[in-house]
Amino acid sequence: MIETNVIQVENLTKKFGDFIAVNAITFEVKRGEIFGFLGANGAGKTTAMKMLIGISSPTSGNAKVADFDVFTNSEDIKKNIGYMSQKFALYDDLTVKENITFFGGIYGLSRKKIEEKRQLLVEELGLQNIVNELVGSLPLGWKQKIAFSVALLHEPKIVFLDEPTGGVDPITRRQFWEMIYKASNNGTTVFVTTHYMDEAEYCDRVSIMVEGKIEALDTPKKLKEKFKVNSMNDVFLKLARNIE
Amino acid sequence: MSIIIKNINKSFNQVIAVNDVSFEVKKGELFGLIGPDGAGKTTIFRILTTLLFADKGFAKVAGFDVIKDYKKIRSNVGYMPGRFSLYQDLTVEENLTFFATIFGTTIEENYDLIKDIYIQIEPFKNRRAGKLSGGMKQKLALSCALIHKPKVLFLDEPTTGVDPVSRKEFWEMLKRLQQKGITILVSTPYMDEAALCDRIALIQNGKILQIDDPKEIVKHFPTTIYDIKANNIYKLLLALKEYKHSYSVYPFGEFVHYTDKRDAFDTKELFQFLKDKGLNNIIIQPTETTIEDTFMELAK
Ligand SMILES: Nc1ncnc2c1ncn2[C@@H]1O[C@H](COP(=O)(O)OP(=O)(O)OP(=O)(O)O)[C@@H](O)[C@H]1O
Ligand SMILES: [Mg+2]
Repeated sequence: MIETNVIQVENLTKKFGDFIAVNAITFEVKRGEIFGFLGANGAGKTTAMKMLIGISSPTSGNAKVADFDVFTNSEDIKKNIGYMSQKFALYDDLTVKENITFFGGIYGLSRKKIEEKRQLLVEELGLQNIVNELVGSLPLGWKQKIAFSVALLHEPKIVFLDEPTGGVDPITRRQFWEMIYKASNNGTTVFVTTHYMDEAEYCDRVSIMVEGKIEALDTPKKLKEKFKVNSMNDVFLKLARNIE
Repeated sequence: MSIIIKNINKSFNQVIAVNDVSFEVKKGELFGLIGPDGAGKTTIFRILTTLLFADKGFAKVAGFDVIKDYKKIRSNVGYMPGRFSLYQDLTVEENLTFFATIFGTTIEENYDLIKDIYIQIEPFKNRRAGKLSGGMKQKLALSCALIHKPKVLFLDEPTTGVDPVSRKEFWEMLKRLQQKGITILVSTPYMDEAALCDRIALIQNGKILQIDDPKEIVKHFPTTIYDIKANNIYKLLLALKEYKHSYSVYPFGEFVHYTDKRDAFDTKELFQFLKDKGLNNIIIQPTETTIEDTFMELAK
């Protein structure tokens, strides 16, 4: 076993009526990899991610996540992955502590384990002064960092992050990425979308979706070479423009 | 002056959200409010768009007082709040028609103004707003804020969630709006966008730290920044933070941006240190300061 794939996707497709939101995408993600899932607005990233985490069923194609089939074993997938959605991460009207307890419960952790995890999390993120504050009163960057830790509470094999740093300020964004590195260093596979092209550089490999299809997939270095440009931003601009 | 704001203060319970803020924006200027989450940007937007009263101070927009003439301001400005302000169960086109109608205009009349952005979501005009992707919603919200041809445009993080290509087109559009004499006050977490403003105000904890042309702001950076690269970014970050002379260490795309505590510093010593930490393919080279560096230094 040299490299194992923790996500394996083949011709995965999702239609809404006549509209093809995800059009026969094929790719795999290796264990421990930081995989950047990029694409223009409406390209189908969120839709694809929802199929991979087992909350939306594909129109056709195959996908295995953590060795479970998205068609037949979506319940097992949910237990083995963490997820941060683009819109909703934590309950604004619960305190930080209550959110941790609540999500820990959902993930089926024992009380003792939740308590243990909570102390660790408070320590690591320096939350001592805000554990009893309502999440709604915290700056966005804080919410996102806490939400990420919460998504990791049950020590999932893979964590799916849908635009976790959207709107987050430059310093907090970097702290967030250091958390990603750390999780990846501990063996967690990270599947992440972002519209920040400097963040694309932090990924081991990235795919770029255009109108439902994956148009490019490689390491940032190779993509820059292939498109003969100096930055991921230019790779993105070239791909999205050439399609039109 | 298109926007005048003088000694504005606003507190919520015990928290001071805006602390004695003053600045002026000229007619046709593109002015950026740059600051971390919770710096007070949204509160300033809400005061200027008459949705919130200041505790103290005075503000005028397009020649109207925010308190006495609030009705006139509302018909003369466009506001795109950070949070979505769309009707989720109306279609794209219905949302836009709705905003046009309340301001007594039509989509056709001002189509020119919104065309560049609207054209990208027009193929989906019969789709309900609730079913659009995150970035598509932003584009629709912006079209709605523009459809009545406002004199002053307030944009609170308009490009959050917007993809890189559209972001570029969006800023090209802002430049064109500016040429039509529209004044724009914009906030953004993207520092490359800050660089495109005529002037920016850096704001933190409710206070303005600096107001200047973005090019000038960069010049105030106190020291040289180094681009550093090695075979493993995570290990490199940890090693640099551990280095006893390190002052700041931030991942920056392909490189890590590093500054040293010492005035003069020999990169060879650092090179050796990193090598001893087991890193390979090490590159250390001076680089240019960006707004993002300046911002992070000020916010530190
Ligand atoms: N329930 C739905 N019904 C109809 N169309 C939908 C539905 N959900 C998504 N879509 C459409 O599918 C396309 C892909 O949307 P998706 O949210 O996956 O994009 P995305 O790549 O995540 O974009 P963004 O970067 O803006 O978040 C869009 O055109 C969207 O309007
Ligand atoms: Mg999305």
